[in-house]
Amino acid sequence: MKTLMTMVAAGTMAASPALADLVFPDLSYRTGAYAAGGIPFSDGYQDYFTLLNERDDGIGGVMTRVIECETAYNTERGVECYESTKGEGALVYQPLSTGITYQLIPRATADGIPLHTMGYGRTSAANGEVFSHVFNYPANYWDAASVIINNLLEENDGDLSGQTITLLYHNSAYGREPIRTLEILSEQHGFELTQLAVDHPGQEQGNQWLSIRRERPDYVIMWGWGVMNQVAIQEAINIRYPMENFIGNWWAGADHDVEQAGEAAAGYRALNMNTLGDMPIFAEIQEHVIDAGLAAGDGTNLGNVLYTRGMYAAMLAAEAARTAQDIHGVADIDASMMRDGMEALEMTNTRMEELGMPMIGPEFSVSCADHGGSGMATLQQWNGSEWVTLTDFVAPDDSVITPLVMEDSAQYAEENNITLRCQDS
Amino acid sequence: MFYREAGDFKTSYTADNQTFPIKFDRWGYYLALIVGLGVVPFLVNDYWANAILLPFLIYAIAAIGLNILTGYCGQVSLGTGGFMAVGAYTSYKLMTAFPWMDMVTVTLLSGVMTAIVGVMFGLPSLRIKGFYLAVATLAAQFFLVWVFNKVPWFYNYSASGQINAPERFMFGQPVTGPNAEAWVNYVFCFLFLFVLAWVARNLTRGSLGRQWMAIRDMDIAAEIIGVNPLRAKLSAFAVSSFYVGISGALLFTVYLGAVEVGEAYGIQKSFLVLFMIIIGGLGSMFGSFAGAAFMVLLPVVLKLLLVDTLGFDTAISAHFQFVIVGGLIMFFLIVEPHGLARLWALMKEKLRLWPFPH
Repeated sequence: MKTLMTMVAAGTMAASPALADLVFPDLSYRTGAYAAGGIPFSDGYQDYFTLLNERDDGIGGVMTRVIECETAYNTERGVECYESTKGEGALVYQPLSTGITYQLIPRATADGIPLHTMGYGRTSAANGEVFSHVFNYPANYWDAASVIINNLLEENDGDLSGQTITLLYHNSAYGREPIRTLEILSEQHGFELTQLAVDHPGQEQGNQWLSIRRERPDYVIMWGWGVMNQVAIQEAINIRYPMENFIGNWWAGADHDVEQAGEAAAGYRALNMNTLGDMPIFAEIQEHVIDAGLAAGDGTNLGNVLYTRGMYAAMLAAEAARTAQDIHGVADIDASMMRDGMEALEMTNTRMEELGMPMIGPEFSVSCADHGGSGMATLQQWNGSEWVTLTDFVAPDDSVITPLVMEDSAQYAEENNITLRCQDS
Repeated sequence: MFYREAGDFKTSYTADNQTFPIKFDRWGYYLALIVGLGVVPFLVNDYWANAILLPFLIYAIAAIGLNILTGYCGQVSLGTGGFMAVGAYTSYKLMTAFPWMDMVTVTLLSGVMTAIVGVMFGLPSLRIKGFYLAVATLAAQFFLVWVFNKVPWFYNYSASGQINAPERFMFGQPVTGPNAEAWVNYVFCFLFLFVLAWVARNLTRGSLGRQWMAIRDMDIAAEIIGVNPLRAKLSAFAVSSFYVGISGALLFTVYLGAVEVGEAYGIQKSFLVLFMIIIGGLGSMFGSFAGAAFMVLLPVVLKLLLVDTLGFDTAISAHFQFVIVGGLIMFFLIVEPHGLARLWALMKEKLRLWPFPH
């Protein structure tokens, strides 16, 4: 025991750096039940920072450093990763897990380190008046639910009354997030909502699909992650459910989810908050990172759905760091400056084009009160061999989302005695 | 050699019956207490508290709990995760319903609630045993997690089903929530572990513990010599669940702060605690500590060794962990079923005889 402690202490000391650089911890998961989604995302996240280092010598002249820490999607490991990396000058955390996000929200706020939970985590964190250090731009779960319904409304000439919609969700905080929004929307638009929960990790869905086969809902909306998606798509094929009417959220629409089913899954649709396709940035990553042997993974994920999203997340972090450098006039920024940078972030089409990723996400700007971005998302479809983008960025119904965000964040503020910010602006 | 009994005379039955009969052990125990309460709280930082010490203290409580049931009373249980969840949800409901209640009371009541639930799931142990009982407790694990997911009352109808520990103070210091300082969390858990381990040690040495062990060794023989199996088994379930519930409550309130039942208290938690007592040593207090320390430290040490020092890939290091834990479990089950505690005891035996082996 004592020798172990000494070893640990010695290891911690050996690992602490003295370099001045911009530190972006990557709480990744390459093992466990959700590794299939964690690997490409982390590859994209790391490769973008490697590209910045190789091509531009970092951000504003300061090199970036990514510290990878394996969480296996486990909250306790996530806490360990957070504690072990925060002392190294971490600028922003992206845990890619709703469970870990809930752990980190109070801790990171107390430590003054920003948290970027892009399209996951606590939805009401979009209210910057309450959550000073949490950002969930460009969109959140409630936006996603609303965007799906808006799309369905458009397909059905604006009328969903009498239709039946089933929500098939991962039985966790993540999967339950859209329920309240969908319930309100169902009252508003008159469709009937049924809910089917799938337990972690998601291989057991026989019962759920039996009831879908019996009820034959007009649409099935899926809130899944990891192996749950693959299994659900296979089950839908098995009961010959029309794939066009089966819609996933943005964590249920990656390449590995449908590749196994292949042709049979053609028609399956899913949301996405970033667009796909051949962007100039991929050639640069290929040249500077993968061909140079510096890739985080084996390089085969380049350009797929989750790789692109990881890269998009890294780009947003890098742009926020750049903004922070501009605001404070310092190149070597710390976490509190990074927070200011994230709060002043503005993404325009021009900027995205400059960066070699035109139209990768919606245009949005962040403000003190609004940490949530525009909430817009696109719909994509699997054609049997690849994902194709179906729509432009579709806006959610803010008249439904905003009151929900306000209500939930007000409750959090009251429970935790938080005084509201941004009152003077 | 320091480690010997020569010159260590006992002149009363009390002295002969003490927990640590050898002076060297006793001094080691006092030293551990002094370091644990007098030194560590002044040195502890966020990383040490949150990555190593808190999980160790909390899992040690759970391991003692399971060891009482499985190690001392011979009732195999796979429901530890579910019982920990009972503790966590009880403290959540108590903390939100009675904001004035102090954390010690909340934690103790969580233990009591878990003991009640544990006894209910322990009832089948009167008719079934061994492998079949393991399956029955496995049902408890799945049922409890399902209930906490299914009934919104348990998570106060929050949108996501997560429970969050509100900030609570003791003596003006925050004990829960993000502003709680590392040393406060540490001392809070340390005192719980100290008292509980002390009680458990003395319970297992007393008549109740002897009844449990009699049931474990051969239940029919135990019944013939006058042990009431109903009382012995149910008391083991009650005490064990009390401990497990307290550890689940502390894991939620002090350590994690926010919990999702399927993730934090799933089946893997039951296995983790079971591995702790298998590797540490069944039927041994020291084994509960050693096992908890081992399972908490192993991933951290592996990460430091393989990733930070040798520059391995994080995924490879994580896979190594599975291989090593799996290998160790096989090793201990085959070579030394009494775990680290037995190895430690053997080493002590050898040291007492050293340098004359015969």
